[in-house]
Amino acid sequence: MASITAFTPLTALLGGMLTGLAVVLLLSLTGRLVGVGGVTAGLKLDDTSDWSWRIMFLAGLVVGGGSYAVITGDVPHPRAGFPPVLLILAGLLVGYGTVMSRGCTSGHGVCGLARRSARSVVATAVLLGSAMLTTFAVRHWPEVSL
Amino acid sequence: MRGFLSRADARALAALLAGAVFGFGLAMAHMTDPLTVLAFLDVAGHWNPGVAFMLGGAVSVAMLGFHFVRRQAQPCLDNRFHWPDRVRIDRPLLLGAALLGVGWGLAGYGPGPAIAALGFDNDESWWFVPAMLAGMAVRRWQRPLG
Repeated sequence: MASITAFTPLTALLGGMLTGLAVVLLLSLTGRLVGVGGVTAGLKLDDTSDWSWRIMFLAGLVVGGGSYAVITGDVPHPRAGFPPVLLILAGLLVGYGTVMSRGCTSGHGVCGLARRSARSVVATAVLLGSAMLTTFAVRHWPEVSL
Repeated sequence: MRGFLSRADARALAALLAGAVFGFGLAMAHMTDPLTVLAFLDVAGHWNPGVAFMLGGAVSVAMLGFHFVRRQAQPCLDNRFHWPDRVRIDRPLLLGAALLGVGWGLAGYGPGPAIAALGFDNDESWWFVPAMLAGMAVRRWQRPLG
């Protein structure tokens, strides 16, 4: 059920700035533009030639998320009782949609917008709209209400 | 460095560092908390604008950084920049972004936060991430060259 979450504008802004910095760092050093979905989707089973930087980026992501939790103790309250079948369905949709649209929330929504890519501006608007409609349907249609 | 680390090794280390900063930032901005993300998407509920602050911080730093990176002749650890090559706004972009949005709005995870949350052993990521990989594989299998 929809609960009240903490609004922490300063850490939201600073955290966002860190992700922006990470993207710039990687581009300047390696020439690669990330979106996490794109990094993951690029792990092709028939071509492992550029796996190493991809795997290392994803490992870094896990280490970074874990370090923040360990250092600050600021860990989200686990959501109780959210059905695993919906997590699986959502995962399938996010994975499929990422490859189909060639970008994810961070790919289109951060890098693409920062590059002022017309494709990403459109993709971000569509994905935000569809996500808001989905959340509205799930939370405010009494028959489904999770 | 030369002789000790190959350029590919150096790129992998850079990716590890960038990934860690990215993951740390996501966790700091509470993007790894699906309830915070859903509270942003749920404009009809107790709206939490945190995600907008995160995106604003990320996009502004990335935009500024890209401005300087564009002046580099080549990345520090590679011969060229690997920019995305597509410019057309086509059906797969729109449909893919819409499907991605449904998944995001359903569970509250994008690819980055779901993977970063593995760092603090978030139960839901263990359902979501494998499903996301499967969704990516399905799309690749459908369109091996596209």
